[in-house]
Parts: sequence; structure tokens; C-alpha cells
Amino acid sequence: MLEVSNLACSRGDHPLFSGLSFSLGAGELLQVQGENGKGKTSLLRTLCGFMQPVAGEIRWRGENVEELDEDYYAELLYLGHHNAIKDELNALENLQVSAGLAGGELSEKEALVALRRMGLKGRELLPVKVLSQGQRRRVALARMLVSQAPLWVLDEPLTALDVGAVGLIQELLGEHLARDGMVIFTTHQPLAVVGVETRHLILS
Amino acid sequence: MKKMSLFALLLLVIRRDLLLAMRRRADVLTTLVFFVMVVSLFPLGVGPEMDMLRKMASGVVWVAALLASMLSLTRLFAADYADGTLEQMLIAPQSLSVLVLGKMVAHWMVSGLPLVLIAPVLGLQFDMAPPALAVLVAGLLLGTPVLSMLGAVGAALTLGLRGGGVLVSLLVLPLCIPVLIFGAGAVEAVNSGLNPAANLELLGAISVLALVFTPWVTAQALRISME
Repeated sequence: MLEVSNLACSRGDHPLFSGLSFSLGAGELLQVQGENGKGKTSLLRTLCGFMQPVAGEIRWRGENVEELDEDYYAELLYLGHHNAIKDELNALENLQVSAGLAGGELSEKEALVALRRMGLKGRELLPVKVLSQGQRRRVALARMLVSQAPLWVLDEPLTALDVGAVGLIQELLGEHLARDGMVIFTTHQPLAVVGVETRHLILS
Repeated sequence: MKKMSLFALLLLVIRRDLLLAMRRRADVLTTLVFFVMVVSLFPLGVGPEMDMLRKMASGVVWVAALLASMLSLTRLFAADYADGTLEQMLIAPQSLSVLVLGKMVAHWMVSGLPLVLIAPVLGLQFDMAPPALAVLVAGLLLGTPVLSMLGAVGAALTLGLRGGGVLVSLLVLPLCIPVLIFGAGAVEAVNSGLNPAANLELLGAISVLALVFTPWVTAQALRISME
């Protein structure tokens, strides 16, 4: 369970938000909302430990994440604005490397199954640089299929995706939440999961 | 999915970086061609006096190796930084230092090892004696990993800065001076009939010291650069 208390963030000298408190329990879906520049991405990056909060505390299962460090990262999946995939590698190699960095050894078979489910059948062995933006995003999002982390932090996961892929992401989120996972995400597109109430956190 | 051991992770990073280098061969060749060019310019510039060339050979090769290894440093973390892979490395549940060590090893294999292998050929241009050549190669073998490791610290500190390329050279080159002194000193010693072991041992000691501290320092520098 993720608890955030009295969090304040700033970008350089410019304060973004302060006094932010919320908690996220098993099976909960939280959407962070706010206009451009209100600190949605900064909040997610702070949750991942890329940025230090100005004030406040982030706790995971009751312990401060700075003290948990690698134990916290083992339970975290982060998908950012950047796809974190290499143009020179193919989809299969990319997925295996990402899974490796996240601490798991992924067999070729498991990786192929995940890529096919993401609608990349026949594209597994092409260098990613010949794929379209949407297909690259799908390669990046295939990490959601092979991840065993309970906490998903997704920054604009739907960018460049078509309607079919958006449906697939909703399905994946549903499965993850049903496994008692937690999701915190930002998006400017409508995203809802059947049978789960989306909680909203508004930054203003 | 099986859990990955630290050693498997190290191999994964090395394999990935080597694969990327193989698919971007131009980058690898630039370093090597630069090294060969710089070393070959000296005989043309100072004239074909064998005595003088023999005397300056080790110094020229070492300085050229130092400059060549600076060329590829900016690329060490820049690509991973730009496409978001570095963010994923920072939140890797294993040690970031091990990931960094993997990148250092791959960088050395791509930009340091070719220099070591081509150095004897370049030494012949300077009419170096076989024992001196052997010591030169041994010295480069011990010294070039240090250049990659110290370079990684500089590359991590200047990550995302404009003009980082020049800055990293200014930061790293002074730190490489001991490597240059002992590396060239070993060849000097064998040329004047002394035992080069002391110089080579000191180079080895510097290597071990760098191996222990630089991965951790680089990891800390990366965390600071990502903020």
C-alpha cells in the first residue's frame, strides 16, 4: 500500500504543489489530473525516486521508500514519456532487456507471447526503428504483460495508441487490479476499467 | 519469469551494449581511426629521425590513446538518457553500480581493447624494439580500463549539459595523468634497461582502485544528473 503524506514538489525554484496527501490500496486505480504544467509528471517521477520531494514523505507498506530503496523498486513498474526502447534492437531483444533490468529473466517464448498479445505478431524481429510510433509504444507497454510488480506508475500510457490498443490497455489494467495490483496514471484521454471505480487526484 | 542474479545482469548489460555497438559500427571505428591518425601524424610532423621517434614513441601512443578514449565518452550514457532507458536503470531492483560496471566493461571492449590490439602495429612505425612493444601493450591493457572507468564518472556528471563533450575531457584528462605517467614510464624503463615491473604494478593498482570506486561514484553521479 502506497501512502503519500504532505508532499511538496518544486521544479527549480518554481513550486508545483504542496500539502499533497493520498493513499492507494490494493486493487485501486488512481488518475492524476491537472492542466499542463501542474506537476503530474513531477509527482509520478517523485514517486519513482527520480526527484527528491521538497517536503513530505512517501511510504510503501508502512516504510519510507528512501529506506526501502531497492526493495521498493522491485515492486514498481514505471512507464514514462520515453519508451525506453532501443531503435537498433528488435522488439524481442528490447522486451528481454527491459525485463532483465527490472530483475527478471524472460525466456524467448514468454516474450513472444507477450508481444503477440500486444498485436505485434510478425514484427517481433524487426528493428524497432522501422516500426510506427504506436507500434513502438506497444513494445514499451508489453512490459506491463511480463511485470510482476504490484505498483504500476504510468505516465500518459495511451499516447500514440489506436482504439484497439486502448481497449487492450484497459483489459490489462483490469487484470492487474483483479490481482490486487495498484495503478496510478495520468492521461488526457478517457480511460476506465470495467467494474473498478477510478479515483481522481486533482492538482491545481 | 526467473529472478536474475547480479552476474547475469552484468552479462545482460555487456551483451546489450556490445550488440548496440555492433549495429552502430561507425561509432566504434571513429575512435580507432582517430587513434591511428593521431599516432601516424607524428612521424610526418617531426621528421624520420629514428632515434627521436624511438624516444617519443610510448608518449605519443599513450597521449593518442588518452585523447581517443575521450571521443566516445559522451555517448556512454547520452543515448540511454535520451530514450528513457536510464530511468529504467535507476529503478532497477538490483544494484545500479553493477549496471554501470557492465556499461564500463562494454565501453572498454568497444573503445579501449581495439587500441590495445592495434598499438603494436603503430609501435613498429616508430621502430620500437620487441620488448618495449610488449611492455607498451601490457601497460595499455592495464591502463585503458582506467580511462573508461574514470571517463564514465565524467560522462555521468556532465550528462544532459550543453557542451558536455568538451567539459568531460577537461574533467577527466587531468585525472588520467597518473595512468599516462606510469604507462609511458614502463616503456621508458625497459628502454633504459631497467625493470618495468614497478610501473606496471602501479598501473594495476590504479586499475583495481578504479574498479572498486568508480562504479559506485558513477551511480551516484547519475542519480544527481537525473533530477
